[in-house]
Parts: sequence; structure tokens; C-alpha cells
Amino acid sequence: MANFLMKRFLQAVFVLLAVTLIVAFAIRLTGDPALMLTQGAGSVTEADLMLIREALGINKPFFVQYFEFLKGLFSFDFGRSFMGGTPVADLISKSLPATLMLAASVMIISIAISIPLGIKAAVSKGKWADQTIRILSLIGLSFPNFWLGLMLVLVFSIWLQWLPPSGMDGFTSFLMPAFTMAIILTATNVRLVRSSMLETLQSQYIMVARAKGLSENKVLYKHALRNCAIPLITYFGLQFGGLLGGIVIIERVFNWPGLGTLAFDAVSGRDYPVLQAVITILSMLIVSVNLLVDIAYGLIDPRIRTE
Amino acid sequence: MTDISSAPILTVENLSVEFGQSRVIDNLNFSVMAGRTLAIVGESGSGKSVTSQSIMRLAENTGASYPTGRILFSTDKGEVDLLSLSQKEMRSIRGKDIAMIFQEPMTSLNPVFTIGDQISESLSLHKKVSKAEALEESVKLLKMVRLPDAEDMLKRYPHQLSGGMRQRVMIAMALACRPKVLIADEPTTALDVTIQAQILTILHDLQQELDMAVIFITHDMGVVAEIADDVVVMWKGKKVEQGAVKDLFATPQHPYTKALLSAVPKLGSMAGEAFPKRFPITVMDGETPRLIGEEKTQDTALYKDGPLLSVRDLVTRFDSKKGFFGGVTHRVHAVEKVSFDIFRGETLALVGESGSGKSTIGRTIQQLQKATSGDISFEGNPFATMSKADKQRLRQEIQYIFQDPLASLDPRKTIGFSIAEPIKTHDLIRGEKNIQKRVHELLERVGLTAEHAKRYPHQFSGGQRQRICIARALASNPKLIIADEALSALDVSIQAQIINLFMELQEEHGIAYLFISHDMAVVEKMSHRVAVLYLGQVAELGSRQQILETPSHPYTQRLLSAVPIADPTIKRDLGRLNGEIPSPVRRVGDEPRILPHKEIAPGHFVADAP
Repeated sequence: MANFLMKRFLQAVFVLLAVTLIVAFAIRLTGDPALMLTQGAGSVTEADLMLIREALGINKPFFVQYFEFLKGLFSFDFGRSFMGGTPVADLISKSLPATLMLAASVMIISIAISIPLGIKAAVSKGKWADQTIRILSLIGLSFPNFWLGLMLVLVFSIWLQWLPPSGMDGFTSFLMPAFTMAIILTATNVRLVRSSMLETLQSQYIMVARAKGLSENKVLYKHALRNCAIPLITYFGLQFGGLLGGIVIIERVFNWPGLGTLAFDAVSGRDYPVLQAVITILSMLIVSVNLLVDIAYGLIDPRIRTE
Repeated sequence: MTDISSAPILTVENLSVEFGQSRVIDNLNFSVMAGRTLAIVGESGSGKSVTSQSIMRLAENTGASYPTGRILFSTDKGEVDLLSLSQKEMRSIRGKDIAMIFQEPMTSLNPVFTIGDQISESLSLHKKVSKAEALEESVKLLKMVRLPDAEDMLKRYPHQLSGGMRQRVMIAMALACRPKVLIADEPTTALDVTIQAQILTILHDLQQELDMAVIFITHDMGVVAEIADDVVVMWKGKKVEQGAVKDLFATPQHPYTKALLSAVPKLGSMAGEAFPKRFPITVMDGETPRLIGEEKTQDTALYKDGPLLSVRDLVTRFDSKKGFFGGVTHRVHAVEKVSFDIFRGETLALVGESGSGKSTIGRTIQQLQKATSGDISFEGNPFATMSKADKQRLRQEIQYIFQDPLASLDPRKTIGFSIAEPIKTHDLIRGEKNIQKRVHELLERVGLTAEHAKRYPHQFSGGQRQRICIARALASNPKLIIADEALSALDVSIQAQIINLFMELQEEHGIAYLFISHDMAVVEKMSHRVAVLYLGQVAELGSRQQILETPSHPYTQRLLSAVPIADPTIKRDLGRLNGEIPSPVRRVGDEPRILPHKEIAPGHFVADAP
């Protein structure tokens, strides 16, 4: 197990290096921030541009810039934003918690709903409960989430005026953005839990557990769930990555002060340091979640732990 | 054996079981007494497993209903009808008064819980004891099923145990609450014969000790003869015959029982015969028995020509574990310095238990697996110097038949397509019409009809599918067919027919077979020569008579003595059968000792004892 985790950890470090390198390189293909900053500023000489580039530190060779960025990473120093000069680290520490809390609530809601529903669908396979759950899941899957977000705003904020339409301010403000994203995830996850559970329920050891005289709840939630969790956890881990990607849109819809909004603004302003930092943080998150998934495997499955 | 006149502990009365509209059990009656073993025998689809799951009331989980019947179980408080109980009431009987063990020890234990957790779970549930007491009792149970290091065993997980050990854990688990009835559903079918013998002995001893009633469900008449007191024979969901084991074997009444018994290969029944032999067999044609085939000695092997296939010092190893930097630390030594020849028209059997390397040898010959070292030559041409085209031609001349016919046929292609494929691949016949004609001939040759060509694999029974696989193998006019446990998944009556088919084809086309099997009784019927494999090496090689009548290697003797014989008048001494088969996985650098062979009679080679 230690061996296995060590390997995964080294892999993770390697992935991060590769991601940051690709990002740093790709960003610089999009154009010159000096030109962007001076747009509409009248006559700008080449010398002025040079000065701006020097001030921003983008006149140095690419690899020097990249190593400086890496060096900064260890002390949580990502340089300053091209727009307004605020330290990037400050921007990140403001928006990261907002995104994390939103993403976590989405995952929690989705898992909390999809596991019991998926199990219910599996045990009542072919009966009305299963049919209803499957139809609901199909409906949930069919909505694009930005549209769903707008509809929720229309109903709950504008008509009913129960929930705030945007921003992050207390528990109620989480409900709409979290559910908007959770509905689609839940719709997929219910199907996944159902099929994984159906497969597990076919196993001989489930019949053995029933033959022992265990109650149906013990059979399902003790014997079956832990076994069917193994493929589920992999999927949830991957899903978290996708979720962080998708959150950008939802943050825009609900004007959520998170990394997505930050990244969106950085892209439009060619704000390299911010964009680079956001992408690095996001990829670190995804990589660590996958590392956690690997650890969870070991905890759940003794076949991995005792290897 | 206890007093026969005592009242039955469990009585099944007029039981019928339906799944939707289809009735799978019809009006079944039998009873079982304490201290006695009732064997329920039948082939696939006879309803024997549904019967056991109905007694446990587990069949409802897969959609069963009980239109008629009662299952009377005598408890301390009097007789109850299990079918009238609610699932909740049933749960207090399940696992406590009636326990069950299943066929697949590899999948019967939950992989994520320790052995200790799984055994103590039943005790905590039914006896309301503390966890510590339950674990203490679990140790006693593990000792009862003769598992070594019982305390240590509690902390282990199923994947760390062998199949035989897992089945003992299952027995310990089932016996945790000292049930009055134990239902054993094919408990030894997935095990090697030497391990099977150990498990049967344990079951028998514990039954005596605990005075349990045992309902033993099996398809294996050898096992029935060995352990049963009484037998119920089931066929197509009905009981066709019931009786004491000796009477049933000596004077079977129902035609189906007669047919079944005539199809069972009995080890030792061909003593004194120099060659394999075909026998006529009784098959059920609807309700009436019909005799097919003829008795014929299979003197087809041509030893005067050189060998068709020669294997010399074959070694096949797989990497099994890797270290941190990807270096191999452990290897599976599947095949170690194996040498043998196969001649035209000959059947050479490779026998051995799990891990003996028999399938790996077959796959290496068929080029499905790369050899680590050694030479294989076909018709005198070594594989090593063959051109690509020659190797491709070899894939036509050597055909492989697998154990699971369903898995080896493409489910989305008609069987006509699957049979025509090798003909087209090797360009044996030109023109669609001619190819179709050949496909139809092949289907008819293996006992099917030309119309079958348009159907898909799932529309056939297991026996028919294996016939299709044989037709596909024949399509490329092979000189050698490697049959890898090709009969193991089939019911005995089907198996007997396929054995005869194999022998007829050998006589017609002079095909040689490399017959890979764990079943000594089938090997006795079919093969000219036998190679016994143990941990990747040939322990003994000789003619079928030499191996079966004068086995000289201790492992061959052990293997033969473990085979249950379908004759209840023969009682075996199973004393020598102890211990597990060692693992073929070894650390890199830890080379196994190659056991030298001695020729003790012409053609009879015996390895040194390990």
C-alpha cells in the first residue's frame, strides 16, 4: 500500500509539472498583454511597450518565467495581477474557498441523493420505483445546467423571492447554484449506483449474507454498498474534475465570487499570472482528489491495501 | 447413521416453484432426517438449486413464487411451514437452524471483510453474544474445519486464502450456530479433486459430530456415491426417483436415472483395456430412452511415423509482482522444462490440478502465449525457424477448443458466420455457395442441422454450443485439436456424447488431440497416453494403462485416490489426502528444482518425488 501511494504521489507531482508547463506555454500564444493594456491609449511607442513588458516581467525568456513561477508556487506567491497589481495570492485566497464550498456542496448533495435512490432502484429493478427513478434521472439529465440555473433564478428569486439571485451570502445563497449543478450529477450518479449495485447484488456473497439471516438493510448497506463503492469512488473522483471545469459557467450565472469568475476575467484580460495560478490551483485540486480516491481504495478494498 | 425411523426434520410437500409463467419445480416431495445426508442430483435445469433456495426462501429475491406446497420444518416449538412465514420470521431460522454453503468458494465470501468479521457476524446475530465472545467461538469453528493458525486466520481477508481454505471458512460460517439442517449446493464442484476429497471428509465428520441433516445438491454421481445416504433424482423440475443410495445405483428404476448412470464415467471401469474405447450411450428422447453409438476400440494412433508435435524443455513464466521501480520480483513458474510428443491420431491427456500449468502448455502451443524457452516443432519443423506464413498455417492446422463455449463464440454473429470464418481466413474453399455447403456439412457432422447456421449462440444449449465450437475447429481441417477442459462445463449425458463425437472424428480424420483435463475418469475413457503435471513439471508420463493401473509417482497416486467413484459399494481411504497444492509463484532467482525422470517401463517416465 505504501509503495502504491508513493508511486501515485510521484505521478501526481509529475502531472502537475506537465500541466503548469503546458498552461504557461499555451497562455503566451494568445497574444501580448502589453498591447492589450495599452489598447485605446493613443500613441504608444515600441519603447513604451518594452517598458511595460519589463515591468510585467514578460520580457525574460520563457523558461526563466516558468521557473520563477514554480519557485513562487512553493511560497504561495504567484506574482501580481496585470490588472490593478493586486497580489494573485490574495485573489486566489478570496475565491478558492467560495469555489471549494460550492463544489463540495454539489458533491455532497449529489452523493446523498444518488446512493439511496440508486440502491432503491436496484433492489426494485423493473418495478414502479425503479421506473420512476429512471425517468426522473432522464429528465434531470436532459437540462443544460446554465438554463436550469436561469430557470431557478426566475422561479425562486424573481417570482417567489425566496432565495437571493446571485452572490455568496449565507446558507440560502448556496441552494440554487449547488442544486443546479447537483441535479445533473445526481441524474448520472443514480444510474451509476443502480448498475453498480445490480452487479454487486448478483454476487454470491450477497446470497450468503442473506442466507445468514441478516436483515435486508444490513445486506444492502453493509455487505453490498462497500463492494459497489469501489467503481463509484473512481467515478466520483473523475467527476469532481469535470465539476471544477463546469463550475465556471455556473459561477457566471450566479455571479459567484469563485475561481471560475476569476479565471473568466483573467482570460478576457490576458492576465497571465492570475490565469496561470487559477489553472495550477485547479489542477492541484483535481490531482489531490484523485490521490484521495486512491487512498480511499486502499481503505475500502483490502485486496489493494494488503498487496 | 442414526435411527432411520426417527421423524423427518424437514419435509418438502407438493412443492411447486414458478418464475413468472414458467414452472421450474413441479410437485416435489422429499424429506430428510437428522444425521442423514440426502443428495439431490440432476443436470442443469433440473431445478435442484431452486429447490435449495426455496427451502431457504431466498428464491423470492430472484422472482420465485410458490403456487403449491409446504415445507415443514420441525423446530423446538413444533412444526412450522416455512412457506407461510414472513421474511422477517424466516430470518431468525436462516443461518441459525438451516444454513447453506454454496458452489463458488472464491465468490462466497465478501472480499472487503475479514474472515473473523464474517464468521462472528452470524454468531452476534443469532446468539446475541458480544463481539469478543463471537471471535473466540470463531476460532473454535475454524479449528473444527481443520484450518491451521485459526487465530491468525480471523484477521485475514478472503483473497489471501486458497479455494479449499475459503470453502472451509464457508463451512465454519454455516455451522456457526449449529444448524439442524445444512444445505450444501455443489460445495465441491469448483475445487480440485484432492481438495474436494478433504472437504467431503470434513463435511461427513462434522455431520456425525453435530447430528445434522444434510441436503447435498450435486450433479456429480461420484460425490453422491461417496457421501449420500438417500438420493432424490431430479429431471426437468420433477422428482423422477428416490431411494437409498446403494439401491439407486444398483437397480435404478426410472429411464432417466438409468441414462444418467450409464453416462457417468467411472474411474477404473476400463482396467485391462489397452486402448481408449467408445461406448453406446442412452439418451433421453423426450420421455423415452434411446441407445446411440456403438462399442468400438479406438486404435487410431500412428506411432510409426514421427511425432506430429514435439515439445522439448518448454518453459513458460509470467511476471507476477513488480517492485517500486518496475523490476520484477516474483514470477509464476507455470511450465518448467516440459517435454512430450503427440502422434497422428493419438490423444494425449494433460492432467493436473489448478496451477499445474496444463492450460499454459496448450496456449503456448497454439501461440496464444510466448514461451520463455524451449522448442516446439510441428511435423518436424521447429517454431523458432518458421516464417510468418508458416506460423499462420499452423493456426489452421492446430485448433483450440475452450472450456466455455458461450464465451468463445461471438454473440453478435450467427454460428454459420463463426464456422465459415476460419474457412475464409485460411482461404480453404472459394465461393460463397461452396463455403455454405461446407458449413452445413460440418453442422450435420457434429449432430446439428443446416438450419442452425442462421441462429445466434444464445439460442443453443451448452452442449450444442460445444458442438458448434467443434464444428468451427473442424472447419479448417486441423491435424491437432487442443481441447482445454472442453467437457468440464457440460452435463454428464452431454459429455458422454461429446466424448464419442471426439473419438469418431479422430477415427475419420486421424486428428490428434491434446486433451487438457482435470477429470481422471474422462481421461481414462478418451486418451491413449497421459501426462500428469504437478507445479509445471511432468510428474509422470505413460500409456493410459501405465498411468491408471500402475501409477508410480506419489502425486499421480494421490490424484487417482482422490477421484470419487460413482459406486457406493467402494469405500475409499482418504487418509493420505492432506495439505494444499503449493503455489507456482516464486521470487526471482529462486529457481525450482527440475525433477529428473526415470523410464521404469518402456514409455513410462516417472519424475523423482519432489
